[in-house]
Order: sequence, then C-alpha cells, then structure tokens
Amino acid sequence: MNLEAVIGLEVHCQLASCSKIFCSCPTKFGALPNTQVCPVCLGLPGVLPVFNKRVLELAIISGLALSCKINNHSRFHRKNYFYPDLPKAYQISQYDEPLATGGSINLDGKKIGITRLHLEEDAGKLMHAEGASLVDFNRCGIPLIEIVSEPDIRSPEEAYAYLTEIKAILQYTEVSNCNMEEGSLRCDVNVSIRREGEGLGEKVEIKNLNSFRGVEKALHYEIERQIEVIKSGRKVFQETRLFDEKKQVTFTMRAKEEAKDYRYFPEPDLLPLIVEKEQIESLKSQVPELASQKKERFMKDYGLSEYDAKILTSTKEMAIFFETCLRSYDKPKIVNNWITTELLGLLAEKKKKLADSLVKPELLTKMLLLIDDGVISGKIGKDVFAEIFASGKDPEEIIKEKGLVQIKDTDSLYLVIDEVLSENPQAIKDYQEGKKKAVGSLIGQIMKKTMGRANPELANQLLLKRLGEDI
Amino acid sequence: MAEITKKEIEHLALLSRLSLSEEEKNTLSQQIKEILNYVEKVNELNTENVTPTFNVLPLGERLREDKVDNKFDSQSLLRNAPESEGNFFKVPKIV
Repeated sequence: MNLEAVIGLEVHCQLASCSKIFCSCPTKFGALPNTQVCPVCLGLPGVLPVFNKRVLELAIISGLALSCKINNHSRFHRKNYFYPDLPKAYQISQYDEPLATGGSINLDGKKIGITRLHLEEDAGKLMHAEGASLVDFNRCGIPLIEIVSEPDIRSPEEAYAYLTEIKAILQYTEVSNCNMEEGSLRCDVNVSIRREGEGLGEKVEIKNLNSFRGVEKALHYEIERQIEVIKSGRKVFQETRLFDEKKQVTFTMRAKEEAKDYRYFPEPDLLPLIVEKEQIESLKSQVPELASQKKERFMKDYGLSEYDAKILTSTKEMAIFFETCLRSYDKPKIVNNWITTELLGLLAEKKKKLADSLVKPELLTKMLLLIDDGVISGKIGKDVFAEIFASGKDPEEIIKEKGLVQIKDTDSLYLVIDEVLSENPQAIKDYQEGKKKAVGSLIGQIMKKTMGRANPELANQLLLKRLGEDI
Repeated sequence: MAEITKKEIEHLALLSRLSLSEEEKNTLSQQIKEILNYVEKVNELNTENVTPTFNVLPLGERLREDKVDNKFDSQSLLRNAPESEGNFFKVPKIV
C-alpha cells in the first residue's frame, strides 16, 4: 500500500498599513487593551466600513510578487460565526470572488501553486480569566491577506520550505513585517493521506501553529497518525485539530463546520472592488527584486557561491547590509566572509537580530580598510569586530583605546624577536639543522608577546634575518 | 412548500449559540417555514441568464486614505458593554 501525504497551507499575513482595514484606528502592536478601537471595529449599530486604499495596494503588490492574476472585479462577503472575538458575529472576508488567483512560487525547481489570495479583517483577542473571558478588540479589523496554496506540498520539510519562501517574499516586498511573535504571520495546515492512484482522503485542519518548525513537527505527527489509522483499517474523519507544542501531538478541537455553516453572503455595506489595469501596472513597478532573483544576481555579479548568496539574501536587511558595505569597500568575498562567519556567529551567540545589532555597514568597512592599510592585522580585526558588535564604537577609537595598532617599526620588532630567540636556543639549533618548521613556533611566540599586534610579514622577515638568512 | 426540520432549527440555534425551549423550537420552525414559503415565491421566476444583483449602484468601492484617527477613548466605548473589567470587555467564560 503506497500512501502519500497531501498538504495545503493557509497563511494569514498582516499588511503593513498604519490604519485598520475598514476604519481609521491605528494598527500598532502592543497598545493597551481596547485603546485602538472605535464604533466601526467594535461593530456598534449604524456604522459603515470604508475600505483602506493602502491595504488594497499592499495586497495587490503581494499578489503580483506571488505571480497571481489580480482580478479586476472582486467582492467582500460576510463569514458568519458566533464567537466573542468577533463583535459583529461575522468577519468581512472574500469568498467566491477573491482579489487574486492562480499564482505560484518556486522551491528549488518545484512549483507550488497558489490557489488564491484574499483580503479579510482580523478578529479580537480572548483572554481566559477566572470564571469569565476578557476581550481585547485592538486586533479586530487589522488588515490581513490569506494566501491559500494548492495541495501541492508532499512533506513536512516541503511545508517548511514553502513557508520560509512565502515569508521571504512578503518581507522583501515590504507588505508586512511577518513577525510571528506579534501575530502578523500565522499559518493553518490541511493534510490528508492519499493512496497512490486514488482520490484525496478526508482532510484534517491543524491550528494553533506558532512557528514554522511547529508546522513541520505537527505535520510529522499528524501524517504518522493518519497512516496508522488507515493501516489499521479505520477511517480518518474530517476535523480540526490543535497542536500541542509541548507534547508534540495534535488533538481534536472540534468537528469542522462545513463551509455552508458560515452562511457566506455578499457584504451589503461594501461595493465591489474594482481594480483598473493601469493601477496594477503602476504597482508592478513597486514589486522589488525578490530573494531568489537577488541570490542569482549575487552569484553572478559578485562571484559568490550559491550557499553564501542564499545566506546573504535570506532576509532583505542582510542583503542591504551586504550591498551597503560594498559601496565603500568593493571586495564582495571579503565582506561576505566577515558577515557570514563573524557577524552571523555573534548574532547567533547573542540571540540578536541584525536590526537590533550595533554593527553598521560603515563600521565594518572602516575596519576592513584599516586591515588593508596594515593598521591592524586580520586576527586583531576579529577582536575589534567583537568590540564593535558589543559597543557600536568606531573601530579607530577601539584600536586606540585598546592599543591594538599593529607593530610595524623594525626596532620594536627586533626587541621582541631577540627576546624570543634568547628564550629558545633549541629552536635556533633546530632551524640551523634544517628544521625550517621551527620558524612557525617562534613566530607564534612573537605574536603572543605582542598580543597579536606584530605585523606578520615584517616579523617573519626580520626573524629570518636574525636567523642568518640573506634576505 | 419549504420544510424545516427540528434538527435544522437545533443546528441553527447552535450556530447562533442560542438555547431554545421545545416550545420555542416548534414556534420558530413554524415561523421560519412561513418566511421561507413567502420568499420561495421569487423562485418562480426564471433567472437563468440574469446576473445576481448585490448592489444597485453601478459603482466600485470608494477607498479611504490610510490615515490614523484614534479619537475614541476606551472608557466611553466600554460603557456600552454589559460587563467590563479594567480595559477589557467581559464575556461569559469560553472554552
């Protein structure tokens, strides 16, 4: 029996407008409960929604970046369900006439289809207290796009890759900050098991997924569970399950409502959404170079490996950081090395994001120029860089303060060399007997005595002279 | 003649989170049946080639500029709620 998983993903993403989708309330994260609400988003009687122009633009840009067709005519519907996070008892969403349809993204050569992209409003947030539930409606009316994939995904790993790519695209286009902790990117999963050559099995929806890794883990568990069920001769039921991150299992939330239970009907308070061709054309120019295109260009223009180019383009800010460095220091490979090893190493170690780090492109390139000019050695550069990372100080200042300037004058170096030689008669003897390797250990000691500040080439040259070489 | 079963009434009540007595279920199914039959009249027309009318205006949605205006203070809005606690609206316990 050949069984395969069929996975489809729904991604909800908050669009980066200043005001809500149908009213002028602010969308800022972290405000006190119910301080960013008004009669419209609270669903008080007699109010009318008015659609936000910027939200439409951002949604169109998203659609274009996902290679969707932007529909000239689309419409809002009411999705009815009764739950206290929804004060109107319906969510304004789109149903059979979404804004965009028929897109796709590429995952290392495999095409994953995007069925549709539609607009909707977010719901409020519930907090469960003793004997009652408390509601904060600040999120109610936050503009969202929902991106629905075709059931083209076949494994948890592929689902992870798909989400990473969608996030990269949305961040690059700057339609959203895609911050999962703040809830601006969320994901639901649909998964079923198909016997080879047969139709789709009953599908299960998984909610409560807070990270891409969580999606991957939940899918691993759920696929395994469904296969067990089928192999034991039972049937998988259509239902909604929740993922328990701690126990790493999914469990039944409720038997899923059918679409008809949402009693969708056209939103009478809003007119159809008409998007003119000219508007789509002009927004096309606002779709920036995307991660995959940038990666190709970095490989071609800067001679970077695919691996490095992928790291540098993994976020837009990283790519901008890299290219800003190149403006004042035109050695891509060197800049790449410092970013991918030193900078990323420190970011990972200190659990920081590039945006909150004190390292600025000017500081890195200034230091690289100091290395090139021989003011400091590359090795000392690593210490200087760590100090820039910690304090955001100017590298010149750090070098002065810590006395890290390279020792390049002959007299000072001879002093050290002579000291080292007098302490190591054996090494001299070895050298004279032809063991040229002895030089290495002597240089090591010179470096140690100068705390790495000796100019390596010069120190080497002078040492050889002392050892009687004719250079 | 449209029919509406007691099961359908119970399903609708569940979707609306209403608890109905047996008597109410009977009354409602009778009343909803009458409403449906009244509306059923429209189905006598052949509308095969007619596009559904959702709005009578031959216009697209007018758009608003993305400007913030936060002029309502939460206390005055919370006053409309049957119950509140601090800055929160308070509702019967869910889950």
